[in-house]
Amino acid sequence: MENQTNLEEFQARIDAGEKIEPKEWMPEQYRSQLIRMMSQHAHSEIVGMLPEGNWIQRAPSLKRKLVLLAKVQDEAGHGLYLYSATETLGISRDELVQQYLYGKAKYSSIFNYPTMTYADVCVIGWLVDGAAIVNQTMLARSSYGPYSRANVRICKEESFHKKQGYEMIAKMMNGTEAQQKMAQEAVDRWWWPTLMMFGPHDTDSPNSEALMKWQVKLKSNDELRQHFVDRMVMEAEAIGIELPDPDLTFNEETGHWDFGDIPWDEFWNVVKGNGVMNRERMKARRNAYEGGEWVRDAAKAYARKKKLTQEKAS
Amino acid sequence: MSTKEDNDFPLWEVFTQKKSGAPYEHAGSLHASDSEMALQNARDVYSRRNEAVGIWVVESKHITASTPEDMGPFFDPANDKPYRHPQFYSVPRAVKKRK
Repeated sequence: MENQTNLEEFQARIDAGEKIEPKEWMPEQYRSQLIRMMSQHAHSEIVGMLPEGNWIQRAPSLKRKLVLLAKVQDEAGHGLYLYSATETLGISRDELVQQYLYGKAKYSSIFNYPTMTYADVCVIGWLVDGAAIVNQTMLARSSYGPYSRANVRICKEESFHKKQGYEMIAKMMNGTEAQQKMAQEAVDRWWWPTLMMFGPHDTDSPNSEALMKWQVKLKSNDELRQHFVDRMVMEAEAIGIELPDPDLTFNEETGHWDFGDIPWDEFWNVVKGNGVMNRERMKARRNAYEGGEWVRDAAKAYARKKKLTQEKAS
Repeated sequence: MSTKEDNDFPLWEVFTQKKSGAPYEHAGSLHASDSEMALQNARDVYSRRNEAVGIWVVESKHITASTPEDMGPFFDPANDKPYRHPQFYSVPRAVKKRK
């Protein structure tokens, strides 16, 4: 029953910093917003394997190949933690997959950009995973218990993702002129899309208010973005790479770095499905799912057969 | 097309032991067609960094759990028995000091 008393009690629990667990009462909107947000997060982890998976066979050394394999495997794991956490809200894994592959579910637009060179893989680690960590560190304190715990686990693993990327970019900036150019071009390609990962400005983000009231999110899109920019300016400077924004200036008053206008038209265009890789990504995911059907069927048949044999024997 | 129920592998709960002698703790859940696959998937999903030296998997449907509504009455019997705790008892001061 969704009456005023219930809602007030729920809000009081949130305000007291309590975690909400799966079987406890929660407002319908809290549940539906969480399903939307958590499944989007899960889909993003899964689709996120594609741009980097593209380079596993062409990694520049055995060491880098091992690192990349481990990282891509982690992304699969993160997707699985998040799907399990989403299922605690009463939606089945199969429904989530159907919404993702054949429905209207979204995933982070960042994965609709192509990885042109190996430097893009390095920059994904440094910038994209760097941005993801900022977001996920906040979500690790989210009010929904299973989501918070999944993010704690993800953050522990993800810090290696960012570090290996930053290390590679730093190495390239220490390399030949051609390597430096390659690194710079990759940063030029990924900087703005990475800033868009934090979502629209607070004034254009319809879900933010409710999510923050319920402490699903603890900081706004713009706050997180600013935190990320401040940190990246420092990291870029340290390795002598340039961020492609002529408006980046330190604001003495706020103590933060001001940055230029984000190209939102491009963002919305990619969200609507018109990015370079949208169609390709969805095709790859559907192929993987449909191509794997016989494996799932075989596993089910095997489990059935084993159970029958056991029943006969007993 | 099969139904939604059919499409999903059963759900399993995963418990991991961090080191020998430590208790098994809930690590998370996963889908798998049988116990063998559940155990292998549990290793890959919940112990990629030596987080476990032992793993239990059990099909979620076999777990009976207390509900949030139980929180009060179900655990009540413990509330009025402070004499189960060592703090309930007083000890001569001289002994207390010596620890």
